[in-house]
Amino acid sequence: MSDNVIEARGLLKLYGTARAVNEIDLDIRRAEIFGLLGPNGAGKTTTILMMLGLTEISGGTVNVLGFDPVRQPLEVKRRVGYLPDSVGFYDHLTARENMRYTARLLDIPRRDAEKRIEDALASVQLADVGDKRVSTYSRGMRQRLGIAEIVMKGAEVAILDEPTSGLDPHATNELLEMIRGLKKAGVAVMLSSHLLDRVQSVCDRVALFNKGKIALMGTVVELANQVLGAGHPLLVEAQGTDIEGVIRGIEGVQQVVAGGDGAWRVTADRDVRAAVAHRIVTAGGSLTRLADLQPSLEEVYTRYFQKEIRHAA
Amino acid sequence: MRREGSPFTGVGPVFTKELADHLSSIRMMVLTLFVIVFGAFPVASSLQQLRTVVSADAYLFLRIFTLEPERVQITFVTALNFIIPLMAIGLGFDSVNSEFNRRTLSRVLSQPIYRDALLLGKFLGGLATLAVGLMALWLIVFGAGLLLLGVPPGGVEVARAAGFLVVAIAYGGVWLAVSMLFSVIFRSTATSALCALGLWLFFFILWPMVASSIAMSMAPVQFTSADELLGFEQFGQALMRVSPGTLFSEAVAALLNPETRVFGDFSNLFLARSRGTIPNAPLPFDQSLLLIWPQVTGLVAAMIVLFAAAYVIFQREEVRA
Ligand SMILES: Nc1ncnc2c1ncn2[C@@H]1O[C@H](COP(=O)(O)OP(=O)(O)O)[C@@H](O)[C@H]1O
Ligand SMILES: [Mg+2]
Repeated sequence: MSDNVIEARGLLKLYGTARAVNEIDLDIRRAEIFGLLGPNGAGKTTTILMMLGLTEISGGTVNVLGFDPVRQPLEVKRRVGYLPDSVGFYDHLTARENMRYTARLLDIPRRDAEKRIEDALASVQLADVGDKRVSTYSRGMRQRLGIAEIVMKGAEVAILDEPTSGLDPHATNELLEMIRGLKKAGVAVMLSSHLLDRVQSVCDRVALFNKGKIALMGTVVELANQVLGAGHPLLVEAQGTDIEGVIRGIEGVQQVVAGGDGAWRVTADRDVRAAVAHRIVTAGGSLTRLADLQPSLEEVYTRYFQKEIRHAA
Repeated sequence: MRREGSPFTGVGPVFTKELADHLSSIRMMVLTLFVIVFGAFPVASSLQQLRTVVSADAYLFLRIFTLEPERVQITFVTALNFIIPLMAIGLGFDSVNSEFNRRTLSRVLSQPIYRDALLLGKFLGGLATLAVGLMALWLIVFGAGLLLLGVPPGGVEVARAAGFLVVAIAYGGVWLAVSMLFSVIFRSTATSALCALGLWLFFFILWPMVASSIAMSMAPVQFTSADELLGFEQFGQALMRVSPGTLFSEAVAALLNPETRVFGDFSNLFLARSRGTIPNAPLPFDQSLLLIWPQVTGLVAAMIVLFAAAYVIFQREEVRA
């Protein structure tokens, strides 16, 4: 069996004559976190719904874990966990009761179910409030409960639609940590977001969506290299020698810009942190700070579409 | 392309959840209270009246259901005819759209279950709730009859009363299907409730007038034969039978009044005379069943057609809120 858990070829969704998803090709690999990123209305949710067989496909094919969501939706849905955009639960029931209902829908034997529910709630730190009604839950807790449902399901693939939208930074970080946890457990995760920078840190690979098409796909560093020509920006603070000269001499460094006060912004096409530290120290300088600046997807995105527009003009 | 997997996967869990939700809901308590208040009044009055009449009526027990007490002017059956739809609408008007609004629908449908199973489970859950409610009411009436009349009902009477219960549940099923259809069509629960209640009022208040005026407008200036008159009345009756309430009251009349042979005032007399039968001789139970077979089939068919319509519309709907 191939390493891809999801394969889409020429996937198309028409609403009338509008192409909500315009013939995209997409592969999600086993145990990776894949980000579908793009502004609102780009077609992310539609893509997800087609993969789950929850909306009709207008053209092309999808294959999820070897099953066709059009003909075998039950097989797909048995193995794929889905956290919808702004997920809802039955407010008059407790978290455990909500989970029990899902467990019954999944046909999990009663004896297994209780243990799986406990483990799942514990994994998202909701075990102690599991007997409270969901109506008392905050948005972040609901999202975590959604993750717990996926954990309980024992899904091989988790599809999360805008999991961090509407969460405060702290809740966002907690949730991203849980998404990393899913990956550690061997689950392939596909998540969508319109906030590029918020989730880029967890994604192994991303696809940038725009108007129903995938504009760019790859690791964040690859995309940054491709579009910005800089995969690894660094911030260096040091003194004592000709810092700029030393850094320029390192292989892979593309650009060094003085930021004043003994600080430099370095861009390189690979990770040069070790080399920078080593050279500065051996040259007799003292290194006070060496920070890895994440290439900004936001920047990649804006720059890319500026280029597109310029090319088109 | 054919989809794989049983369309009934998941009906069971949905059914049990719906039933549990309904039975524990405040709404169900309110509806039950409503029904009991509405039903208790005519039953109590007719029991009072029946106690004073010491007659050799073979179907004394069934009269509790059908007697129109002098002071109250409403039979228990008429009250049910009116109140069962309200109960069914109360149970079904928000069954699908509330899942949309709570945003639980896409999460539930991402579990291994087809949309038809979800709809069927919800329908059966509502129907079972109705059945539980009506059964409780039925038992209360029966118990009150036993206590106050002091005579046990005969076997046939029990069978006829049980048949009445089944017809009442089927009648409730039709209105449940109506309200679920509206809950699929409209995203707003208020709109859906309003439409279902509107239809209910339409059939109860407006339709008898509409039907008779349609029939009147089609009537010839003068009837030339008894056949023509009979045909005309049957047309008017067919129009009335569009309303599920008519089917219910006819079926119930035949079950609870064993004397019923034909429906409709005029043709009742007319046919009875032309066939030389005595209008007041009671029919055996199986003959009564045969008589109401079209009505019962009509109720069940209406239920299925409405459910199918709801399914077709639901299938085309987008799950995202
Ligand atoms: N039911 C619908 N009918 C018509 N157009 C729709 C419908 N649902 C979504 N769309 C359109 O499809 C496009 C993609 O929407 P969506 O997949 O929700 O985007 P995203 O999730 O990336 O924000 C949008 O332009 C939206 O207007
Ligand atoms: Mg979306």
